[in-house]
Amino acid sequence: MILSEKYQMMRKFYREFAETEFTSELLDELEETGEFNWDIFHKIAAAGLTGVKIPQEYGGQGGDYLAYTLMMEELSRVSAVLAIYANTSNSLGGGPLLYCANEEQKQKYLVPVAKGEKIIVFGLTEPGAGSDAGGTQTTALPDPDDPDYYILNGRKTFISAAPVADWAVIYAKTDLSQKGSKGISMFILDMKLPGVSVGKHENKMGITGYPTSDIIMDNVRVHKSDLLGPLHKGFITAMKTLNGGRLGTAAQALGIAQHALEEAVKFSKERVQFGKPICRNQGISFMLADMATEIEAARQLIYHTAECMIADTPDVPQLCSMAKYYATEMANRVCYKAVQIHGGYGYIKEYPVERLYRDVRITTIFEGTSQVQQMVISGALLK
Amino acid sequence: MNIFVCVKQVPDTTGKVAVKEDGTLDRASMATITNPDDLNAVEAALTLRDQIADSKVIIVVMGPPAAASMIHELLAMGADEAVLISGREFGGSDTFATSQIIAAGIKTYGLGEGDIVFCGRQAIDGDTAQVGPQIAEKLGIPQITYAAGITYDGGKLTVKRMLEDGYMTVETQTPCLITCIKELNKPRYMSIKGILEFDTKPYYVYDYEKLKDDPLIEADTIGLKGSPTNIFKSFTPPQKGVGQMLEGSGKETVDKLFNILLEKHVI
Repeated sequence: MILSEKYQMMRKFYREFAETEFTSELLDELEETGEFNWDIFHKIAAAGLTGVKIPQEYGGQGGDYLAYTLMMEELSRVSAVLAIYANTSNSLGGGPLLYCANEEQKQKYLVPVAKGEKIIVFGLTEPGAGSDAGGTQTTALPDPDDPDYYILNGRKTFISAAPVADWAVIYAKTDLSQKGSKGISMFILDMKLPGVSVGKHENKMGITGYPTSDIIMDNVRVHKSDLLGPLHKGFITAMKTLNGGRLGTAAQALGIAQHALEEAVKFSKERVQFGKPICRNQGISFMLADMATEIEAARQLIYHTAECMIADTPDVPQLCSMAKYYATEMANRVCYKAVQIHGGYGYIKEYPVERLYRDVRITTIFEGTSQVQQMVISGALLK
Repeated sequence: MNIFVCVKQVPDTTGKVAVKEDGTLDRASMATITNPDDLNAVEAALTLRDQIADSKVIIVVMGPPAAASMIHELLAMGADEAVLISGREFGGSDTFATSQIIAAGIKTYGLGEGDIVFCGRQAIDGDTAQVGPQIAEKLGIPQITYAAGITYDGGKLTVKRMLEDGYMTVETQTPCLITCIKELNKPRYMSIKGILEFDTKPYYVYDYEKLKDDPLIEADTIGLKGSPTNIFKSFTPPQKGVGQMLEGSGKETVDKLFNILLEKHVI
């Protein structure tokens, strides 16, 4: 696929932004503290990145899925974790608002989220419900004393950015008589409401600097105006949101893999063994060739999927799963080889590939594991 | 109010520098970028535009049609209009002829009482810093160079100039021309919104026909023929050889050094 001038300009903009603002000092600080960095978040917001895919009438930039995909690729090429800073509002956080919110809710929630003035997170996963959203145990039942309110009880787990969030989109069972993924509704939860608390920050293998924790709801009263979308039908939106999220994760993995390849090429030209740079050995140069080939194949699949999402073709769910499955597994292979090419240096934190190897690991897990993607793909084949 | 910004597309000097047989740069074979100081000029113009109601930023570029890609980026940063001055007759111009042509272009668009022209201090290819000041002379307006700070107060500009040994604060009325240095500001990025909309903005191409009636445009004032400067020779200066290092310390090394200097008739 040949990118048009506008998309090429977008790539240039994202790359300039990431290479200028995501300094190595900042990346080291994120790694050491594990804390959310508000300065860079404000810069990301000021550059319009938190609203790349959100329409201009709701405070966004009005870009499409390809504009969003290119952003995830280019930001992740410099920092996988800072790409997530720009991602959530465009993807899992903002997605349900974009698809389901009424006009009043969009003005109240989507506009500040698009501008990066507020942070909204996505609360689907529970201790007993991850890939199987049907196992949701969080409940939202009408308040017997006041019909204008629902009472939320339950625990959401592994919620990215929960500790810094203003709001969370919570999936909760509203009809206990319905089984599986039915009878689930979405709510916008104000994180400052009485009864809401967050658990301890998880100590993660990678993507440190974007805190993750549980959200605990203990008899939280949520006004019915914060019900998002139709009652009992929240799961359909969850699936639609996850499609976009999977494409974003695929592009994130692509960016990480691209960085790993660039590091491996550079190192293999500098590192001399047996009197010549190691890239002059076929054992190394063929590894580089395989890495580049797989990266390009994933890139084309991802861009094609983005175009299909823009055109809203019927095969979007399986394409998103294919893109995520292939790109994230590919990126893990590429980072493995990049570390291998670096030898002992690749195991040392001073070299970027050490971090890439840890950061890339999550991509085959979050937003649906590779195996869940295989279920979606095979499910479409065997229908 | 019109805020003009003169911008040049220059070779990316971080890449390979190619020189043609006649000594001029082989621009076609080199990657290009927006001249860095000019981006500070664009930012100064956009900042001012955002402060002043009913004002617009007009990018003015002299160059080949391929300069369009750079102009698109400047429109995506937020500039409102663009003028590309392009024609075979203008080719080979030195700083004198170039400023002649750009001044004619600005006059053709229309320079009003309240207007301001911004330029970068100098371009990274020629490093002359002559075009901005010459444009001001040919437009007959005041110029302030090396701007490191600008405040605007209804038709009056106060500019902090950065000099070698300190700052100088100067005040001027519009219309005027200001050349900007990198200490002035941090140029903004393009935006996605800007990229999506750049092709809806006015984009004018001024060729020789469009400018020829301006008194500044004569056969002997533009192009190679109108350029008083001729390039005699371009070359990459030879690299200085590696020096000789003497190991050790004490009298023996000093004696060695003394003998070398003696041999070379330094002492």
